[in-house]
Amino acid sequence: MNVEQLDIRGHMAQFAPFDDLPDALLDRIAGEVEIRYFQAGSELLVKDQPVESLWYIRSGAVEMYQRSGRLFNRLSEGDIFGYSDLLRSNRRVRYPVSAIEDTLIYFIPGDVFETICDEDDDFAEFVETGGQRLKVTVEQQRDDSGLMTTRVRKLISRQPQMVEAATSLQQAARQMRDANVTCVLVVDVTETQSAYTFTGPDGRHWQLNGILTDRDFCTRVLAEGKSAQTPVGEVMSRKVIVIQSDESVYEAMLCMLRNQVHHLPVLHRRQPVGVLHLSDIVRHETHSSLFLVNNIFVQNTPEQLARLAPEVGTGFVRMVADGANSEMVCRALATIGRAFTQRLIELAEAELGPAPIPYCFMVLGSMAREEPTINADQDNALVLHDDYDPERHGEYFEALARFVCDGLDACGYPYCKGDVMATNPRWRQPLQVWKEYFTEWMDEPNGERLLHSSIFFDLAPVHGETPMVEALQDLIAELAPQRPVFLAALARNAKNRTPPLGFFRQFVMEQDGEHRKSINLKRRGTAPLTDLVRVHALACGSKAQNSFARLDDIAQTKLLADGVTERLRYAFEFMSMVRIRHQADAIERGAEPDNSVDPENIGSRERHHLKDAFEAISNAQKFLSFRYSMPSKSGSSKTHTSSSAGSASQASQRSRR
Amino acid sequence: MTLRRAARGQSTPTWPDYMASRAQRVREPRLASFFAGGTLDPETPIGEAPLVAMDFETTGLDSSRHDIVSVGVMPFTLSRIRPADGRYWVLSPRRKLSGESVAFHHITHAEVADAPDFTAIIDELLAMLAGRLVVVHYRQLERTFLDAAIRERLGDGLLMPMIDTMSLEARIHRQSWWARLRRWAGRPMASIRLHESRQRYHLPAYTGHHALIDSLATAELLQAQILYHYDWETPVGALWR
Repeated sequence: MNVEQLDIRGHMAQFAPFDDLPDALLDRIAGEVEIRYFQAGSELLVKDQPVESLWYIRSGAVEMYQRSGRLFNRLSEGDIFGYSDLLRSNRRVRYPVSAIEDTLIYFIPGDVFETICDEDDDFAEFVETGGQRLKVTVEQQRDDSGLMTTRVRKLISRQPQMVEAATSLQQAARQMRDANVTCVLVVDVTETQSAYTFTGPDGRHWQLNGILTDRDFCTRVLAEGKSAQTPVGEVMSRKVIVIQSDESVYEAMLCMLRNQVHHLPVLHRRQPVGVLHLSDIVRHETHSSLFLVNNIFVQNTPEQLARLAPEVGTGFVRMVADGANSEMVCRALATIGRAFTQRLIELAEAELGPAPIPYCFMVLGSMAREEPTINADQDNALVLHDDYDPERHGEYFEALARFVCDGLDACGYPYCKGDVMATNPRWRQPLQVWKEYFTEWMDEPNGERLLHSSIFFDLAPVHGETPMVEALQDLIAELAPQRPVFLAALARNAKNRTPPLGFFRQFVMEQDGEHRKSINLKRRGTAPLTDLVRVHALACGSKAQNSFARLDDIAQTKLLADGVTERLRYAFEFMSMVRIRHQADAIERGAEPDNSVDPENIGSRERHHLKDAFEAISNAQKFLSFRYSMPSKSGSSKTHTSSSAGSASQASQRSRR
Repeated sequence: MTLRRAARGQSTPTWPDYMASRAQRVREPRLASFFAGGTLDPETPIGEAPLVAMDFETTGLDSSRHDIVSVGVMPFTLSRIRPADGRYWVLSPRRKLSGESVAFHHITHAEVADAPDFTAIIDELLAMLAGRLVVVHYRQLERTFLDAAIRERLGDGLLMPMIDTMSLEARIHRQSWWARLRRWAGRPMASIRLHESRQRYHLPAYTGHHALIDSLATAELLQAQILYHYDWETPVGALWR
């Protein structure tokens, strides 16, 4: 290979999707590249012009425009374009491209491009899938999860139970019962040291000869009518499948599947150090959060609870390091948050005495959706029985709310800046009043009510009379689909926060071409997505709170085109993951976790995927205004309320009493 | 006026005329056929011209005392450079390679030891140049070294039209009224070395002093210069020297 091709190759090897190509393919591309210089301001691709090559930016920058003339994308060094046109059957330019800086282009001829797509699946997926590209990454992340990197020895918590072959079955069974294990390893002393022996604590040479599991007691002992005194050696499995302690958990899982075993003795060299059970692997990912939850429920004062707060952060970091996906991380955080809340209520009741009337403590917003992140504020409220009498009961519930909200703040769930907390008398009301609130918000939406809807319509019971909160969920699911004005207004609000266009060099690029130094992934990414998912979910009468669950419900309807819910799901997962990793990184550095990500810290491949995610949100936002347009009749919400039938109008009647 | 034009026309024959007359007189068959191939019509728009960038690395600057140690050629047009078509040869200098030039060119004694003499590449090199307009950065070097090397081996010299990206750069940056004003004001002259010239057009930096990379760099530079200061319709006659 010529030296100038080495330079070309070296440059490409730094950028996705070339960075993952095998050397042979990269050589091939570098050998076929053609070069041309374009001056700033010149048109590189004109609409409908035939495309013959993939364009690679060696230096400089270009802009891509949509038919409407709206800026669609801005690309710089190492970026490629023209691939979507190459993949179209007519091979013509869809989006015109012009140079905004002096630009040196490497052309990769179309036939070479096809060859790479044929020979390298990752490359093909990168260019072929467009929006689907996200899906690929999210699934890869799942594959690369902790299973691949975590070593088997990490999952081993205790020494294996070992018996000699002459031990009676009964004796072995007792040993299994006492140690609370589901298998024993069968070992015997050998005279000579060999490749299969290990040295016991007694200094003698031992050899692992078999394994006996609880399943064997069924199939080899009872089913065969063996007596309890039969020596273990007679019934044990002699074919012992083992794994080395430094193998990955993933390898262990494959090994179990391949050999159809559930127990895998783990060896350090030849010494048995433990037994891995299939359930250990399953449990592995959630183990840490479950442990913390158990711990929360045995604390007896808010102060003791507050001492556990740092463990949330460390557990979070560990889950991220172990490769858990965003749904697992967020559900774990939600479980922990709810556990803190629940325990605080129990402690409050212990201090204040039992509640005078039934009530339900509910969480709202991200906690209700089971999508909180590590720095989430508390959002909560109290639903009281309709017998509520402020004179007699007011003091009790105020004290309860104060106790819980103060406790949560001390445990790392800061007070809600918008005062959406049970301590606010407005949010400590009988069920009937809540129903009136909600009905009113949907019947006559205004700015404040819409804002409330987007917080309170994500709601979940934590403690007390769960059916009270479920009644509210039912009410929303019943009314919302019949309130087009409300949905249209909510849809309009859901477009207030827009995703950025993507990235340009170290900057976040805005729709107007402006640049920013960092991006708030919550405000510009996950929040707008949650908002638009909520609108669809309300429209289809879904009672789900979690965004993924809502997307499942939406997918059951014809609300969105095929594949859109999938795309949104992957966009959500990907953005959440970037945000979560960013926060885990901050915690590890001892910094305060936030949502603002610096594009410099995002790899070239991730940038592509984030761009795709933003695009998916942007498209979905556009669809919102199309789908939920204000009814053309200049009629107010009242017109619609009175014209809508059945239970809906009854509900609104109720609200007016 | 008429007189002056006539006088100038006589004193500087056009390159096609020069090539034609050399074809008549040269006896060495390879050179004769090269000259017979002629050169482009001076009116050919540069955008349509088949071009070839050429770069030599030498043991020094004096063609009577120094030798060529490597040659890079890169055929191209204003619309495409195909690095795969480039050729590169390391040559054995007749005179000893000095330590400094080793450091400068990254060409080692070992590489040069097995390398052929310039004679071995004449056929291939002429084939690459035939029918194309040669583009170099600093024509004095490539022109005189090529002429000397050919003269030494084939008994007759070889001159041909060349576009010199360095002199194009000098015209733009050293002979403009602005450049003269700057010089008058005591400001340093704009550098017209290959790397610095490329920077003015925002071309990426390459590791210098490799004949093939420099020929690629020169080809890219010409593409940029034409877009900036001329256009694809500019006749080659206005650019070559």
